[in-house]
Amino acid sequence: MIFEGLAEKLQNTFSKLKSKGKLNEQDVTAAMREVKMALLEADVNFKVVKDFINRVKERAVGDEVLESLTPGQHVIKIVKDELTHIMGDTQSKINFSNKPPTIIMMAGLQGAGKTTTCGKLAKLLKKQGKRPLLVACDVYRPAAINQLETVGSQVEVPVFSMGDKEKPVTIAKESVAHAEKHGNDVVIIDTAGRLHIDSNLMNELKEIDNEVHPHEKLLVLDSMTGQDAVNVAKEFNESIEINGVILTKLDGDTRGGAALSIRGVTDKPIKFVGMGEKLDELEAFHPDRMASRILGMGDMLSLIEKAESSFDQKKAKEMEEKLRSQQFTFEDFLEQLEQIRNMGPIGDMLNMLPGVPSKQMKNLNVDEKELNHIQAIIQSMTKDERTNPGIINGSRRKRIARGSGTSVQQVNKLIKQFEQTRKMMKQFSGSGMDKLKKKGGKFNMPFFG
Amino acid sequence: MLKNLFKGNDEENSTEPVNVSEEKENTTNSETEEVSEEVVSLGGLFGRLKEGLTKTKKGITDRVDDLVKSYTKIDEDLFEELEEILITADLGVNTTMEIIDQLRDRVKENRATDPREVKGLLKELLTETLEEVANPTLDLKTTPSIIMVVGVNGVGKTTSIGKIAHKLKAEGKNVLLAAGDTFRAGAIEQLKIWGERSGIDVISHQEGSDPAAVVYDAIQAAKSRKVDVLICDTAGRLHNKKNLMNELGKVFKIVKRECEGLSQESLLVLDATTGQNAIQQAKIFKEVTDISGLVLTKLDGTAKGGIVISVSKELKVPVKLIGVGEKLEDLQGFEPKNFVNALFD
Repeated sequence: MIFEGLAEKLQNTFSKLKSKGKLNEQDVTAAMREVKMALLEADVNFKVVKDFINRVKERAVGDEVLESLTPGQHVIKIVKDELTHIMGDTQSKINFSNKPPTIIMMAGLQGAGKTTTCGKLAKLLKKQGKRPLLVACDVYRPAAINQLETVGSQVEVPVFSMGDKEKPVTIAKESVAHAEKHGNDVVIIDTAGRLHIDSNLMNELKEIDNEVHPHEKLLVLDSMTGQDAVNVAKEFNESIEINGVILTKLDGDTRGGAALSIRGVTDKPIKFVGMGEKLDELEAFHPDRMASRILGMGDMLSLIEKAESSFDQKKAKEMEEKLRSQQFTFEDFLEQLEQIRNMGPIGDMLNMLPGVPSKQMKNLNVDEKELNHIQAIIQSMTKDERTNPGIINGSRRKRIARGSGTSVQQVNKLIKQFEQTRKMMKQFSGSGMDKLKKKGGKFNMPFFG
Repeated sequence: MLKNLFKGNDEENSTEPVNVSEEKENTTNSETEEVSEEVVSLGGLFGRLKEGLTKTKKGITDRVDDLVKSYTKIDEDLFEELEEILITADLGVNTTMEIIDQLRDRVKENRATDPREVKGLLKELLTETLEEVANPTLDLKTTPSIIMVVGVNGVGKTTSIGKIAHKLKAEGKNVLLAAGDTFRAGAIEQLKIWGERSGIDVISHQEGSDPAAVVYDAIQAAKSRKVDVLICDTAGRLHNKKNLMNELGKVFKIVKRECEGLSQESLLVLDATTGQNAIQQAKIFKEVTDISGLVLTKLDGTAKGGIVISVSKELKVPVKLIGVGEKLEDLQGFEPKNFVNALFD
């Protein structure tokens, strides 16, 4: 829904633009206004947006529009590349200490999901052959220790606690001694949620930091956080110099602009993302996916890239040759079909095609099941049958239908359509594919009728 | 010098409908130390609200003041900067643009030529937006009355329930709690501790049991024990999880069926640090549990909580309570005038 917002707006912005060529400053400025709105709606901090827009503008002006994209798509591509670049590489790794135990400290605001994330991280590390110890340093929130103990038992990781009467710094110190004694090579310290402006509690965090010197200090941040994310990240980073960030609740439908805001003010990597309430739902952070998400474009952006990379002039020419000389076989067709389907749902794919108005495409429903059938039918043919469809007689048809789980009628239909398409192709000698495309604005791909 | 000018203007500005006493205006326009003094003297609700919002207030106010002073006439740059301030307060692009548009009209109507008037007009607009749907009271007429508390994970539902229960008990009401969060580890225990602190009973089943059954039992207990208010906790859930929302819908249905004719409140808890997603949360929770009010938590941080303006505007659901701290008594009734005044004082 949001995708249509931005994509359509950009399409409109560029609709007056007849020639492709280079992007001029005026066009880019107009487009950047829409991008700015999209980023703000995604909760990216206002200042971060401003800086970002200026950077992209500089890069985009004068850029040559790629042959396979519309100017609007080209701008989106630049924006996405830049977003991905800013959010850094995939760094979903914990820095382990040479001398165990490795100490990891989790910190963040109330309700960010620290305790749950501790459990998830413990489970992940256990899977990697580590022997983690969970440490209950949240002595303030009622039942926080209880919660960590339950989570610990769920992931079968021991939990170290000293009740809620001891000081967190004492608990942290003792836990490290405990880990050394019991052979735990990773210590994960769960701290209480605290406001970044609460100097007492921030000092407490510093005390723990100075006492046990954690190798990893991770800020746990709710992905739904709004403009305030910059303040939170900045303050935590200034107090304890974090090593990275874990973004939680990303299984919701927030656009997650906070991810960009954090990078804008701290330059620290986002290491993991929480993707659900189950304790194995901690995933690696993918900057490119996050970029698409912030722009509200789902997988569309990867489609642009795929379309771009699979747009191979040479191959297209070859295919055209084949079509014209009637050498086009089921083999080629299957290959083509698979190539297209690799890009994602056909409906989305058609949306991406340059020059196709997205509004008209909205009502177009391509039956994915039908494509499954077609694929199955072709795959049930022998090599000979695929290259030389003429030999497919009655008994072969029966066998193909049985093999593909379809009916003889369906097989007949496909073969008939295939023959017709081949004939039709032959008629378009000369301008070939171009004519096909121009036919009445309606996009006629073989078999999608 | 500029400060005095500004103060003078405020005093003259008698058309301003928001009736702030001049004394208050003076205090906030001078020293911050005096502000804290005043907070003490005001005490109670308003004082605590102000105290909790000091950070917020400073942010917006200082910037608006700075801004207003730095412009000599009302031009596009001024509106653009005001836009920025509202967006930074999490009002969102749409609400901000609407409000700025309205502000433009007002500026024309009032023939305002002095940029310093703009602040008053903006304040007026924001207050009106909130007042349009305002209704700070909880409907607790019958015995028992039922309050259901819902929201996404980590917004502070259980803590808010602890505070609401404490407040009602202090008002002399007989309160009962239902531990409807049977999913999150430690949630039942957490509610029980809050209950103990205020001397309130908690109806609970085991972790992992059916929340609808807990709520059903609690309703029967509330009826037979003749308690005044039953508050039902529910598990935090992201609004885009279909099955979890269906589960919540089922709980809500039971409350509706078993409590026909009784006063019912369905409160959505929103975290003040949340950005634009709060609108989506409110929309979907409203569809499923017919939200009657909002509780805005964590206003004691640096987050502005401006999202409630957008939510009130779009969904016509009033903010009823705000959380301004971690203590039991840090929950206050929401009053639009105070809220906006505290932002702009």
